[in-house]
Amino acid sequence: MSTVAIPYDIEPHPITGMYNGKFGLWLFLASEVMLFGALFSTYILLRVGAPAGTWPHHGSEILDVPKGTINTLVLIASSVSMVLAWASLKMNNFAKGRVFLLVTFLLAGVFLVIKATEYYAKFTHYQIDVKTPVLLHGEKVTRITGHLHEQTDEHVVITPDAVKGQEHPAEMEIERDNIVRLTNFGPQHSTYMATYFTLTGLHGLHIVGGMVVILFLLLTGPSMWSKNPAKLTNRVECTGLYWHFVDLVWIFLFPVFYLL
Amino acid sequence: MASSSHEMDKHLKVYYIVFGCLAVLTVLTVSVAYLHLPIVAAVAVALLIACVKGSLVASFFMHLISERRLIFVILGLCLFLFLMLLLVPSLTFFEPHYSTFVNGVSGR
Repeated sequence: MSTVAIPYDIEPHPITGMYNGKFGLWLFLASEVMLFGALFSTYILLRVGAPAGTWPHHGSEILDVPKGTINTLVLIASSVSMVLAWASLKMNNFAKGRVFLLVTFLLAGVFLVIKATEYYAKFTHYQIDVKTPVLLHGEKVTRITGHLHEQTDEHVVITPDAVKGQEHPAEMEIERDNIVRLTNFGPQHSTYMATYFTLTGLHGLHIVGGMVVILFLLLTGPSMWSKNPAKLTNRVECTGLYWHFVDLVWIFLFPVFYLL
Repeated sequence: MASSSHEMDKHLKVYYIVFGCLAVLTVLTVSVAYLHLPIVAAVAVALLIACVKGSLVASFFMHLISERRLIFVILGLCLFLFLMLLLVPSLTFFEPHYSTFVNGVSGR
């Protein structure tokens, strides 16, 4: 049985001037730009065309800006550790390169854990619209947001959100007959939440995909390094290109959803 | 296959500087958001900072600054199609009778 070597996986292709893996990865990233571009375009259309009062004035009214900021810094740090992993391999230091890969993997995990806590907070936070106004913070209101404690066929019990600088309001019991709409802050809450979950969810899946590849490199790295160090270095470079792209997408997602 | 140590040291220094710039710009974009600027100014500033951050990542971490011309051709085509994706649907807003109404309240 003869073995066929894949051409130009280390040395540059005479036409493209780069090894095939890198060229392929750039073409893949071009398709990714179009995928996220289409979703960003959809977001702009939905936001500009949203009827008055149906889109939050500021993302910070709904989303947790400190957590989003920390996640941005975590992802930037993971990009640095990724490029340092590649640089270490270039300098023939496999042990250091592997440590930086592990750091990238762990930082990606931290990003996902923080994102999961944000998602959990949204799915356990509720909004109730009522027909007959109820008294809250000294005012008659038809919309209450807070955390549900009890749901029966007759009523729901909610602890309304506190207003800044005021004491936490007491639990409220609201009759089912008075409820027009009861929803958590999941994707069904509004167009804003639907676009938020679609874009951040897709981005999160990209993080998971990157983690799988990094884990593969961590596990198979030692044997590949002993047989063909240049090949491993190129694979880490390609993974890095993908990882930096994922970071780049978040750099735009963060202000768009959290700050504007 | 090891690159020259001096050359790589220079690269490492650049990576750390870019990291510092990205962290500072992240704090800046959050700080500006709390100034509650008018919406047009807020969008312009936030997107400008995001573009600078994105350029830093692409130029230095993805090494676009020293990449081959072919990659720029691919990305240029990509950018053109991306702008079309953004602009063509937005043209609907210039349609003279366009308007959104919910319960008699205009969205524009």
